[in-house]
Amino acid sequence: MTSAICAHSVVEPSGRSKSIAGSLVVVYALLSMLPLFWIFLTAFKSPPDSIAYPPKVIFKPTMDGYCGLFSTISRQTPEYIASLPPPTSICDKVARARNMVVAGPSNFLPRFVNSLVIAFGSTALSVLLGVMAAYAFSRFRVPGKDDLLFFILSTRMMPPIAVAIPVYLMYRWLGLSDTRSGMILLYTAVNVSLSVWLLKGFIDEIPREYEEAALVDGYTRLQAFRKIVLPQAATGIVATAIFCLIFAWNEYAFAVLLTSGQAQTTPPFIPFIIGEGGQDWPAVAAATTLFLVPILGFTVLLRKNLLRGITFGAVRK
Amino acid sequence: MAEIRVETLHKAFADFTAVRDSTFTIRDGDFFCLLGPSGCGKTTTLRMIAGLELPTSGRILLGGEDVTFKQASRRDIAFVFQLFALYPHMSVRSNIAYPLRCQGMPRAEVDRRVEDAAKILRITQLLPRSVSGLSSGDRQRVALGRAIVREPAAFLLDEPLGALDAEFRELMCDELRALHDRLHATTVYVTHDQLEAMAMADTIALMNDGVVEQVGSPQEIYDRPKSMFAAGFIGSPPMNFIPFRGRLLPGDKCVHAGEAAIEIPEAREGTPEADLMLGARPEHVRLSASAPLRASVVEAEYLGTNQIVTLVTSQGTLVKARVPSEVRARPGETTGLEFRSGKLSLFHRASGRVLRSALHERVAHG
Repeated sequence: MTSAICAHSVVEPSGRSKSIAGSLVVVYALLSMLPLFWIFLTAFKSPPDSIAYPPKVIFKPTMDGYCGLFSTISRQTPEYIASLPPPTSICDKVARARNMVVAGPSNFLPRFVNSLVIAFGSTALSVLLGVMAAYAFSRFRVPGKDDLLFFILSTRMMPPIAVAIPVYLMYRWLGLSDTRSGMILLYTAVNVSLSVWLLKGFIDEIPREYEEAALVDGYTRLQAFRKIVLPQAATGIVATAIFCLIFAWNEYAFAVLLTSGQAQTTPPFIPFIIGEGGQDWPAVAAATTLFLVPILGFTVLLRKNLLRGITFGAVRK
Repeated sequence: MAEIRVETLHKAFADFTAVRDSTFTIRDGDFFCLLGPSGCGKTTTLRMIAGLELPTSGRILLGGEDVTFKQASRRDIAFVFQLFALYPHMSVRSNIAYPLRCQGMPRAEVDRRVEDAAKILRITQLLPRSVSGLSSGDRQRVALGRAIVREPAAFLLDEPLGALDAEFRELMCDELRALHDRLHATTVYVTHDQLEAMAMADTIALMNDGVVEQVGSPQEIYDRPKSMFAAGFIGSPPMNFIPFRGRLLPGDKCVHAGEAAIEIPEAREGTPEADLMLGARPEHVRLSASAPLRASVVEAEYLGTNQIVTLVTSQGTLVKARVPSEVRARPGETTGLEFRSGKLSLFHRASGRVLRSALHERVAHG
């Protein structure tokens, strides 16, 4: 009996517990992916199929959703449609089947581009400012360092909605409302605290001797920072960038309040995709699917760094 | 190659003084050790010489030139760190070549110098490898390679053997000294290990609590310590201190510790009645059944040709004696202590300062 117990290693999990853990992960993954999968399916349904009850799992796929997303359509009389020349695009064809015609492109593409510009722009800025501030906090005797670091962190303590009105008034006065640069600035201000704190952790882990060796070897402080510290902190920089990007990409509250046209990002745009005679759910689903793609790609591409970013500080060399 | 002069160097961090008014000169081509317990300011001093810290006040002269506030990169010195600080994303060759490439030296010249340095350190076969897989001894050699390839005015080494295994340390000790003898470069070496310092240094600066206690050759510091700290830090086991109360006049050749009269080198300096300390190295203590200073044996540590006998005097002072192994010393036995009188030191107990005697005069005269 005793020997049987001893045969199990305390550290190494047994084969059975491994397979149980594995199946739990698979079940959890399936559960959390189900809504995403449903959205992906809905994007290919026709409007009646999308709201059918009981929900349809088997259906005839259509391009209604994507066409509804990228173009505006309007209802016309069959006589008028018959008088038109033959359809030139898929969307035209899909629309005419439902007694409609394509009136022009929708606002989705410009909004999507806004999202890309604002999210990537503010991420780049946050990481750039963050890595420099973190380096200074990590390496130099900054007067009032702890207070400053706390102050930087405290900017994140209030929920966005609490500062929304002051920011709104400030932005109107500064002429930054509904501008891309205004949104980049705002998201940078929010993200820079995260970025400073995360990156300080990573830079603290890099032994100072590396830079000091470079300083003695003939580099200036800035050159040592560029050639020695940045390559060493690459993992941390990437992880921080992902976090910043996810926040800026998904941010909704400020975007709703501060943007309406010119600089509107995708999140506030999606709920306003309205089709003829009610919500065009397939178009909403199509927008959501496309909205997920960049962040998904970015994260999958850099997932190793992300994992290291989440567990940062726990792993010491 | 250059002489390094440190003048009234002072370094204070917020509420802590790391180095207090240090002054010393490192001769050109000297192997100079900054020795002291951890936290004594030796590394801070070295970092100020390197330009990695700025002094609060004082001056540093390198080859006659004032470099106190010059950037590290402009000082023409090489620094070897305790943890080697090899650039982990580069190969051995790139690591050694790095300082030369920083200077913009032509490729062929860089290659030639790197090969030469590798040959001196016998690491030619390691050049193409990545530094991450190297043993600590090899890493140390690469770090040294990165230093010598520059042919700098001075080498600064911060406890370079601290991260090595004991057996390897001895080997690297010999190698470092051989390397220095070959290059004749001014070398400043920081260590807390007195044996390392004694074995390698031409000159030792002994530091304690931010203050340079004594500068001198290993033998000078060993034979004629200027303070109780120096006497106690150097030597293994350290110097014995036998406390007594008394007064001293210049010319005295004898002191009375309790009932025993002990012959000392002729005093050159007197003191009114005070608490004094008689300092005697373990090898200058003899066991003699008839001597008036009585002590009983606590233990004997056998070391082959000799043994370290620990005794306790009737006043309760512990004394260690290094005596030949043949001498019989059983725990519990009572015996007497005698000293080689020409080698004894006297210290002022409160200040820890040595009282000058004929022992010190011999230095002055030759």
